[in-house]
Amino acid sequence: MRRMHVASAMVGALALLTLAGCTTDPSVTAPSDDAAATEEAEVEWFDQALFDKQDEERGVVPEGPDGQPYLQYINAEMVDTSEFASEGAKKGCFANASISNPWRQTGWITMNEQLKVLQESGAISELETRDAQDSDDTQIADIDYFINEGNCDFFVISPNSTAAMTPAVERACDTGKPVIVFDRGVQTDCPVTFIHPIGGFAWGIDSANFLIDNLEEGDKVVALRILPGVDVLEQRWAAAEKLFGEANIDAVDYFTGADPVEIKKIISDELAKGDVKGIWMDAGDGAVAAIEAFEDAGVDYPVMTGEDELSFLRKWKDTGLTGLGTVYSNFQWRTPLLAAQKIFAGEEVPKEWVLPQSPVTSDDLDQYLAANEGMPDGHYAKFGGEDLPGYPTVWQERQIP
Amino acid sequence: MSEASVRPLRRRRRIDSTALVYLALLGVIIVSAILVATVGRSFFSAGNIRDILTGMSVLGFVAIGQTLVILCGSLDLSVPYVVSLSSLIAADTMKGSAANIAPAVLAALAVAAVIGLVNGLIVTKLHVNGFIATLGMGLIIKGYLDTNYKGTSGDVPWEFQLIGATGVGPIPVSTILMIVVALLAALFLSRTRTGNHMFAVGGNEQVARLSGIRTAQPIIVAHVLCSVTAAFAGLLLASRLGVGSPTVGIQGGYDLLSIAAVVLGGTILAGGRGSVWGTIGGVAIFAVLDNVMSVLQVNPFMKDVVRGVVIVAAVAVYTARQVERRRARFGADGGADTDPDVDPSPSDRVSESVKGGSV
Amino acid sequence: MKIVSALVSPRGAVFLLLAVLLIAITVLNPSFAEPGQLMRFIQRVAPVAIVAIGQYFVIVGGEFDLSMGSVVTAQVVIAGNLVGQDESRTIPVLFLMLAFGVLVGLVNGLIVSFLRVPSFIATLGMMLALLGGVLYWTGGAATGNPDDSFRQIGRGGIQDVPVLDLIPWSVLILIVVLAAAIWFSKRPFGRTIIALGDNPTAAGFAGVRTWWVKTSTFILSSLSATLAGILLVGYAGVHPSVGRGYEFTAITAVVLGGVVLGGGRGWVVAAAAGAFALEALFTLLNFAGVPSTLRDAIQGVIIIAAVAYSAVSFRARRRGRTDVAGPPVDADDGPVDGAPETSPAREKESPPQSGATRPAIHSLEAEG
Repeated sequence: MRRMHVASAMVGALALLTLAGCTTDPSVTAPSDDAAATEEAEVEWFDQALFDKQDEERGVVPEGPDGQPYLQYINAEMVDTSEFASEGAKKGCFANASISNPWRQTGWITMNEQLKVLQESGAISELETRDAQDSDDTQIADIDYFINEGNCDFFVISPNSTAAMTPAVERACDTGKPVIVFDRGVQTDCPVTFIHPIGGFAWGIDSANFLIDNLEEGDKVVALRILPGVDVLEQRWAAAEKLFGEANIDAVDYFTGADPVEIKKIISDELAKGDVKGIWMDAGDGAVAAIEAFEDAGVDYPVMTGEDELSFLRKWKDTGLTGLGTVYSNFQWRTPLLAAQKIFAGEEVPKEWVLPQSPVTSDDLDQYLAANEGMPDGHYAKFGGEDLPGYPTVWQERQIP
Repeated sequence: MSEASVRPLRRRRRIDSTALVYLALLGVIIVSAILVATVGRSFFSAGNIRDILTGMSVLGFVAIGQTLVILCGSLDLSVPYVVSLSSLIAADTMKGSAANIAPAVLAALAVAAVIGLVNGLIVTKLHVNGFIATLGMGLIIKGYLDTNYKGTSGDVPWEFQLIGATGVGPIPVSTILMIVVALLAALFLSRTRTGNHMFAVGGNEQVARLSGIRTAQPIIVAHVLCSVTAAFAGLLLASRLGVGSPTVGIQGGYDLLSIAAVVLGGTILAGGRGSVWGTIGGVAIFAVLDNVMSVLQVNPFMKDVVRGVVIVAAVAVYTARQVERRRARFGADGGADTDPDVDPSPSDRVSESVKGGSV
Repeated sequence: MKIVSALVSPRGAVFLLLAVLLIAITVLNPSFAEPGQLMRFIQRVAPVAIVAIGQYFVIVGGEFDLSMGSVVTAQVVIAGNLVGQDESRTIPVLFLMLAFGVLVGLVNGLIVSFLRVPSFIATLGMMLALLGGVLYWTGGAATGNPDDSFRQIGRGGIQDVPVLDLIPWSVLILIVVLAAAIWFSKRPFGRTIIALGDNPTAAGFAGVRTWWVKTSTFILSSLSATLAGILLVGYAGVHPSVGRGYEFTAITAVVLGGVVLGGGRGWVVAAAAGAFALEALFTLLNFAGVPSTLRDAIQGVIIIAAVAYSAVSFRARRRGRTDVAGPPVDADDGPVDGAPETSPAREKESPPQSGATRPAIHSLEAEG
């Protein structure tokens, strides 16, 4: 009887195995000729060439209109877009990775206000958006849906992850419509333009150098990271870790999930172990909890780098600690729609549109706090939407469409 | 227990359980088609059907396995991590070469089977509740993934990517494969002794044991098969992504979603009653719901609210029917009993009478 | 000897685990044993322990509450957005939050009792709907931290106490909650919950108002999540990710405390101890400098090992006891004794000779 059971289980399992074997037989034909262009995905995040490139870009004065950082660009190689030049309002299709964190929410609000301006000027008729809720698989399906059903004149894609989204972005490119990628990149140069601030390495360099300048050799720095495996975040830490190592700063890193409760526990335990002189964060969320852990333990404030999120900037101001608000420019959410307008006007755009990215320092802290008075704590100081129609109510009330 | 006395009972149940799921699906489709039409789109266009079916494939694989585990009265919360791990094993082993596809698939399935075996042994031999055993196993795999993979890895050759990228008309190949696996699982439940015993063990383990069933074996097999179908999902995702990803499983929320889909499909969470086809119906309801909310551009936060309400409302409708039926049973045919080995149809062979018999 | 044998017993296992973890932490970092540090540690555990106590009542009654994490998040955000910087709103908003907690529990309980939706599904739906609703309402980010007077509950305490330095309010609240939970468990109503979890059919025949008992456990768990939310607003501040995963943390803590999923067996103090053990484990990993990526794996191994130890040794002891134990001795145990003997289908441990389960529960109750 027992043999029967085992046999039947094995038959079931074998059937499944055989089936899997069959599916690998490529008897189906390719829908298009998008050849396998995926490169070997990187395992180590540190990339010396990219590090040097971004390090250099930090010092470049961007080109473009004054006072409109979202239209400025660094070391751009322009591409001709005359092939796309055409009249009339265009329909955009936006495959968004998610709006699951305050940075993305702020940007999404800004993007919608920018859309209203462009709709009024007749450049864009509508923007159809599909939100992948942080899932690669959903975003691939979203892009495929747009290709098949969307009647899109152009695509805007904010990839959920770099390598995984590459084949789908290539399929979008194959339609011949302009494709605009922003924030995280993809491993193909088929999009018309790829818009992003300088990047994670620059972030890491800005923040680590600030801590190194304000600390002694051998001082302890606690690095609070949100989550592993996201390239723009991993690059921040890869750069900072390298610089800390070179400067003999003793740095330990933790993943917090951006949960202030976790953050406070981690800092409390580190303070119980010994002195902590510096805090390095790869995002602004939860900075307040980190600072309060020092207050509750009754020790001096650390030197701290956070983000241009208002919760951190406000606490920084209140406590008067030595701080730096590193920036991953939130105003980049305006640029993709403006880029689309330029593309259909036949104006040239940068192939890789590197937007400026400069930290909030103690010198301009007051200015940013004054400019963002009344905004919620999760708002980002460099959101760049002050001249848009809904300002300031839409951001104050966080009206998410 | 004669076949004849089971027949009329079974017909009534069939209308009640799986058919009810598909009735609900039909209702969801009708409402969706109307809603989609209001924004000037066609629900039945090739692209839209493809979007729905694609959405079904991955969750479908996971939910088929989850059905087996839940039928046995256990749970599997480790599936998202098995999905991620198998996508990575597959992509890393393939290294962009078609020649490596067979070993890569086998390796991914073998590792998953071992994980499922360990889950099953922890549940049956160490007597750890399935909830905790698989929660712990999920954490262990997560630790391994976070330590060894710093992001997407590997390279899936074009030949394997075709599985996720092609279709027969509007029907993706991946969905066809998923349906075939569902068919095999349904046959396994109805035609094999182990499959039959899953219902018995899930319905009432004590009674099953007293009836001479080795209660551990069906549970172990269910856990192995659950991990294997999760690995199928991982392989499909590797095919669609072109790489392996340490987070792709958790991105999909396949643990709770698969459980919800199984229950939405009419399977009883406590075990002992349910069907694979009901589960597929439940997965389809989710897929249609997601599709229509995306087409209507519903606020992503609101999507979760709708999902939550639909899950509860749907299950409430099913159970309302079952409660009525149970009351009737006490009077009319409370003595009826079904022998797992006689009745060939999985969704109908119910240990309800066994449970009721204790009163 | 008695203490030793109590500690290696399955129900003492969680206390043994906790002791081992605390000793290990102290070895790595002697200052941890200082009274002030210990107070801080208890303050940190308080929200988790309170959530675990709430979850205990649901689990021992045979159900799950997966919505607790979302309730915590919702309450944290409500506090942030409704209190704002206006101190005078502290008290009204506190009452509003408690009312909201009761409402969520009531809805959960009624869905489970009257719509017959399994609690796993009902509370999963609540979890999704509540979190989605809160995020929708706030546009993803709360306005900011509430007034300091509100935050004092979770952050402050009685200052300048000799030896201890500071007695956090959280610690006092935890003590009160735990005492209330112990008292409640000993009341007939508390025992009815266990009876219901052990055998709903029998409890029903014994005249238990099933729907009300069940619903009240969900109300208790929502209220405990509310309390945890109030403490967490003070401890860490307002953020939509506060409370994430608390439902699983709470269930894990309760199970570590030897409470059986499926209901009918458990001790509320052990559930709270489970929360302490879990937090001590995280603290130990922090002190030991374990790479952040490996922590989950270690947590997974320890959870499985602890539960397996308690399950296996429980069976071993129970088998041993079957030979010696006579008929049930306790007579004051409410409706359970009169009930026919059948265990719920989900309880894996039940051996065929289930007469042995009864004395085990009684002895457990006696200590509770």
